[in-house]
Amino acid sequence: MLETDSKGLCDPLLTLLQQNARESDEVIAKELGTTPEDIRGRIADYEHRGIIRGYQAVVNTDRVDDGSVRAVIELRIRPEREGGFDRIAQRISRFAHVESMYLMSGGYDLLLFVKGKSLQEVANFVSARLATLDGVLATATHFMLKTYKDRDVLMEGDPQDDRLQVTP
Amino acid sequence: MTGSKSPLRFVSPLVRELPKSGIRKFFDIVAGRKDVISLGIGEPDFTTPWHIREAAIASLEEGWTHYTANLGMPKLRTAIAEYMRKSFHAEYDGMTEVLVTVGVSEAFDAALRAIVAPGDEVIYHEPCFVSYAPVIRLAGGVPVPVGTFRKDEFRVTVDRLEAAVTPKTKALILNFPNNPTGATLRREDVDAITEFVLRHDLVLISDEVYSELTYEGERCTFAGIPALRDNLVFLNGFSKAWAMTGFRLGYVCAPAPVTDAIMKVHQYGIMSATTVSQAAGIEAVANGDDDILAMRNEYHRRRNFIVASLNEMGLDCFMPKGAFYVFPSIQSTGLTSEEFAFRLLDEKAVACVPGTAFGTCGEGFLRCSYATSMPQLKEAMTRMREFVKART
Repeated sequence: MLETDSKGLCDPLLTLLQQNARESDEVIAKELGTTPEDIRGRIADYEHRGIIRGYQAVVNTDRVDDGSVRAVIELRIRPEREGGFDRIAQRISRFAHVESMYLMSGGYDLLLFVKGKSLQEVANFVSARLATLDGVLATATHFMLKTYKDRDVLMEGDPQDDRLQVTP
Repeated sequence: MTGSKSPLRFVSPLVRELPKSGIRKFFDIVAGRKDVISLGIGEPDFTTPWHIREAAIASLEEGWTHYTANLGMPKLRTAIAEYMRKSFHAEYDGMTEVLVTVGVSEAFDAALRAIVAPGDEVIYHEPCFVSYAPVIRLAGGVPVPVGTFRKDEFRVTVDRLEAAVTPKTKALILNFPNNPTGATLRREDVDAITEFVLRHDLVLISDEVYSELTYEGERCTFAGIPALRDNLVFLNGFSKAWAMTGFRLGYVCAPAPVTDAIMKVHQYGIMSATTVSQAAGIEAVANGDDDILAMRNEYHRRRNFIVASLNEMGLDCFMPKGAFYVFPSIQSTGLTSEEFAFRLLDEKAVACVPGTAFGTCGEGFLRCSYATSMPQLKEAMTRMREFVKART
């Protein structure tokens, strides 16, 4: 049985899919010492239970110049008597501009990763849609300039195997 | 220049007669070919974890550029002693019973030279790492190989050791988990070999550099067996556990008088292991548990994949429980190990090492290293499948 490491999840299948979700069921089955049918069944079960919520490519957007802009936004919000942060957080997370969003400890409450077609569009989104929401107390917007690493993947430098070709 | 005027006349007969490593021969053929997928590499494909490299850089910034104590930095030796206690349940005094060396290779060489007197016989098992027999010879000893075989999953058996032992036998060398077969020992093997070593009062030199890469069941080690302690020279290193081959860092654990003797050889030959590498080693032992776990998991999955793939294409292969090698039989193809390896390279541009590079009883087998990325392994298996299919 494979062990659980600090980055790993309790099921090695999940770890493997997080590393490469495009791997075939046949290869995954061999790696985990089981059958492709078993792998398909387990993945379907994870999807059904909402544990696996999607599959995405890790794209170096800096190399795909579509003019889009990303920003990180810190939001301070007023919790409500019933439900705390959740109701307003859910309202904000539904905006298509918001790619990721987290409730944070510390100097602000919500951290948003936002994408827009232009600087102006992101600025408008913050001032017109976010800042005006009832319960939003303050915003701070930081535009992203360059991605160095995203979800465990380094964006620069392609891996090179410069080992000697045959060694004892 | 040939004949009596050749500079070769200056080379000692002992060294002149040492065979060149079988790996070297193969390396010369592969070298320079860019299209080759190599399953012939005996080192991790991972780069040393960043926090360890960063500690090495920091040590240079702080000016750690001097000799260290001959035995190695006290802080590193203490850390190794603690690691031996935690991971092997073995008690060694970091101040007198741990020697830091330039890789396990140097540890092995120094240990043999400290232990072997001219004419002493040294038993080792084949197939094995390429340096064992030559280093025994260089130390003045007589190498005595015993075979290990597929039907035993390449474990050493005491009856074969018993058949090889003579009154001149001084030491036994073991390497489990094994390069090139991936074999490990079972608890009962360890017990039986321990009994054998004690009965003949031999020195057991146990090279356990692949110890952290044990995939199933308990790790079988000769360290931490109280009755064996005086007879054991335990060798380990950082290369495989933490992917630190280029740092050249290993160590010996042995009773104080033996450590002291090995240290004499080390002192006159080497002085001290490289300081920057020792700094990296301190960080590895202190904060490197997760690195081992992550790499072990990755190797584990690749092993499952490659063993399943090889068996599927008709190359019989047992499930090795350690190291990062599989040792499939290629006998079903009717080719010898060398023929198979050379033709596979020629026709499919996949490099594996013929089993015979590791001893004559490696005939009929091939060493495939899975210290290679999954995409490369997958492509190599596809090509090998085509190659085997055309011959069976």
